[in-house]
Amino acid sequence: MFSYCVDPDSLETLAWLSCYLTTGVHMSFYMAFLKVLGLLAVTAPVALGFGFLGAMAARSGFGPLRWFGKTYIAIVRGVPDIAFFLFFVIALDQALEWLRHKTLCPDWDMPIRQGNDFIVCQAAKLPAGSAPEWIHETYGFALAVITFAIVFGAFAANVLFGGMRAVPHAQLETAAAYGMSQRQTFWRVLVPQMWVYALPGLSNLWMVLIKATPLLFLLGIEDIVYWARELGGTKTSRFTDYPHGDWRMWYFLALLVFYLAFTKVSEIALEKLMLRLTHGQATTGGEAQRRAAS
Amino acid sequence: MSACLQTIQDYALRSIGIGERLLPRSDFTLCEQVVLIGSGMIWNIYFGIFALVIGFFLATGLAVAKGAQNPWLRKPAEWFIFLFRGSPLFIQFFFAYFLFLNLKSNIEFFDPFTAAWLGALIVLFLNTAAYSGEIFYGALRSVPKGDVEAADAYGLTGWTRFKRIIWPTMLRLAWPAYTNEAIFLFHATTLVFFSGFPAWQQRGDALYYASYFADKTFNPFVPYPILAGYFILFTLVIVGVFGLINRRLNQHLPGEARAKFKFRPNLLR
Repeated sequence: MFSYCVDPDSLETLAWLSCYLTTGVHMSFYMAFLKVLGLLAVTAPVALGFGFLGAMAARSGFGPLRWFGKTYIAIVRGVPDIAFFLFFVIALDQALEWLRHKTLCPDWDMPIRQGNDFIVCQAAKLPAGSAPEWIHETYGFALAVITFAIVFGAFAANVLFGGMRAVPHAQLETAAAYGMSQRQTFWRVLVPQMWVYALPGLSNLWMVLIKATPLLFLLGIEDIVYWARELGGTKTSRFTDYPHGDWRMWYFLALLVFYLAFTKVSEIALEKLMLRLTHGQATTGGEAQRRAAS
Repeated sequence: MSACLQTIQDYALRSIGIGERLLPRSDFTLCEQVVLIGSGMIWNIYFGIFALVIGFFLATGLAVAKGAQNPWLRKPAEWFIFLFRGSPLFIQFFFAYFLFLNLKSNIEFFDPFTAAWLGALIVLFLNTAAYSGEIFYGALRSVPKGDVEAADAYGLTGWTRFKRIIWPTMLRLAWPAYTNEAIFLFHATTLVFFSGFPAWQQRGDALYYASYFADKTFNPFVPYPILAGYFILFTLVIVGVFGLINRRLNQHLPGEARAKFKFRPNLLR
């Protein structure tokens, strides 16, 4: 990157490091951090959406919808953690290919499961075998996002369901007394007030979501864990201009610090958000703010 | 049936190196999957129990230290808890493994630390100590003032007061949350063999074998539900055992005043 990097062997420690840390592969490593942030930025709203739908379904007056919502929450919450991640990626992939197989190749007569193999026709392969590399990567990433969203959606649904139930019943009765319909009560009275009750649970969930991002590695994405292992491994001078010993420990230390800093920043931001949300609410938090102001 | 008995003989203790050396390679039967994944559970139970039991003592110490007036005690405890609760367990495993690897090349003493049975256990132990320490700290702060005042009135001080009054009350208050911690520590043990620590001679935990089968058969719909079944079973066992302890801790209280356990899944850590 810098002009003096032409001959790394002759450089002093600091200059050497500055060259080493700006090589092309390190840029990929830094990009992987953006990947993690991107995953969080996409997953969090999608999971919240899933959660909102799940919570709405779980408190619906229509039986089958309510059972669906409650089962969704119960199943995902009851099964151990990473097994779900490993399971969902393959299951989703196979479900998509199976659907495409059914529509694209209706005259295929062999069974899809032949012993230990899962075989669909060429046209149904996802992504298509001829697709460029970035489509493969995007597809993998999208599967990961959906998996994260399904799993965290169930947790968010549970939190939001609790938040909706925590809104004082008198508020809803008052709304009904003013002649609001069920829908109006829901959107105008219940939803604006539930966030303050749901926020502690949701911020907890956000922390857990941050800490779940290294699992991208298990889903086969080239994320920060992948690059840390890759870059940290022993390099001999035959393959690189920057030979070094086993530095994986230092790379993972950097990841550790990254996550700790991220957690700390989130903590502070969520604290601020909580302050804003409790403003004017009939809770102890809101009362404390009112006292402090007057 | 007899084939299945043979499989049990061959593979029931495979995860600790007893029995058939080679894992099944093709024509996987349901029996093989159930037995081998069950065999892997030995490791999950080993990690879970030892980390929890040793971690319990450190957690108590951490809670007391975090609640102390003296900043020399409080600050380190706060940092320790933040360090282990603020970062992913997955990264902690990786870091610890490579740290031990580095130490091992310099000092011979650290030789066994790169093996999962010791290295991963240490990480899990410190991790659960931090999480439980935070739980205990919360409980310590909610010990009723009257209890402590009563203890003072009886002339109990220092260690006796802590051992007889504060500590049992703290445990009683923390127990429902601690039950959840135990369950999720147990779930977290599945991360061990996916995070650097090698499964020597393919002696892995339940998830290691489950993913082995899923990789070989391209069919996740059999091994993972088996794994889930085992975990639900053991979760129920934990809930049962901890419920008994909870009963004992609360035996002096009338029914309504007892703290109830509520299952609060907290995915990953």
